[in-house]
Amino acid sequence: MAFRIVHYINQFYAGIGGEEKADYKPEIRTGVVGPGMAFKGALKGEAEIVATVICGDSYFASNMDEAASAIIDMIREYKPDAFIAGPAFNAGRYGTACGAMCEAVSKEFGIPVISGMYPENPGVEMYRKHAWIVETPDSAAGMRKAVPAMAKLVLKLLKGEAVGRPSDEGYIERGIRKNMFYEKLAAERCVDMFVSKLKGETFETEYKMPVFDRVDPQPAVKDMKNAVIALVTSGGICPKGNPDHIEASSASKFGEYDITGVNDLTSETYCTAHGGYDATYADQDADRVLPVDVLRDLEKEGVIGKLHNKFYTTVGNGTSVANAKRFGAEIVNRLVNDGVTAVILTST
Amino acid sequence: MCTIVPISQTVGANRIVPTIAIPHPLGNPSKTPEEEKILRRSLVERALKALQTEITEQTVFTE
Repeated sequence: MAFRIVHYINQFYAGIGGEEKADYKPEIRTGVVGPGMAFKGALKGEAEIVATVICGDSYFASNMDEAASAIIDMIREYKPDAFIAGPAFNAGRYGTACGAMCEAVSKEFGIPVISGMYPENPGVEMYRKHAWIVETPDSAAGMRKAVPAMAKLVLKLLKGEAVGRPSDEGYIERGIRKNMFYEKLAAERCVDMFVSKLKGETFETEYKMPVFDRVDPQPAVKDMKNAVIALVTSGGICPKGNPDHIEASSASKFGEYDITGVNDLTSETYCTAHGGYDATYADQDADRVLPVDVLRDLEKEGVIGKLHNKFYTTVGNGTSVANAKRFGAEIVNRLVNDGVTAVILTST
Repeated sequence: MCTIVPISQTVGANRIVPTIAIPHPLGNPSKTPEEEKILRRSLVERALKALQTEITEQTVFTE
């Protein structure tokens, strides 16, 4: 019996309409619609698209949680063995919707989920860890390349065959590390790699470093005497007892604490939640990590306009880049809303 | 403000002020509390100076 697949597409690929129909609410149709036809051929009868979910890109983007849970309910009765979304090429909202649905389906049904996107689609950065995303060209002209590659990978996953490395299989790196056995010892492979590098030959690292984004330097503060300065730290400083239970490592949250009227952090009132450095010194005097005392003095002397009445804190200890990014974005939002001029960020 | 400057450079901080030590970036427990506060103030003043300096690329403020 063929494996059962549910396919997700947007209003455009379903032939319903373009931007003017992007508010189209989710619906499910039995069988293939639009690009599903191409998949039908590429799956060679080994798997079958039993139903197609159609949802407008704007509708999904503005009602993500609601749309995802409605679609999950629609899919359930079709008992899928795998889920295909897109391909979305370089369409941002479509890619985000495909990624979000892959994540939701994978969580709910525990089945393989696969999409296809151009590497710069924002859906890639957001969801590559949750789905197999096959690399595609940037427009629908690449459909003929994308479909066979996606079909091949989904069949492998359905049959439980081993999936090779991203470069061999054509999917975008998921950040998964796998232990492998090699004939050559690590030391030998390392020296080989180094020699290749010296010779200017191509070589492939066995462990890529994460890529961090860059931001342009912000302009200098012109008027420090009237500036509102905020303190933010990854050193885990928090009110004694860590009331919000910020984790000692791999933090999943940050804290916001009011320091109105606080002129000095003492061992009676503040401590650190951080589990990655010796807490003795921070617990004795948290100003050693979050310099509230000095900034109060500078505020009194008129060197700065004001110390912001809230500080933000998390634990930077094995904390994922994704979480840190999320904290950063949310903290910045709040600081900007509160009219903060500049931030001093301390890290341990 | 950080002790391991290469980490701040790697993650993309633009204005970087090197500090004392990982568990006490803005303090030094071997000093008296008064000396320690003077040290902390000098580091914070350096951070304020960094904030008031126009830069075009990642810059480490060592003084």
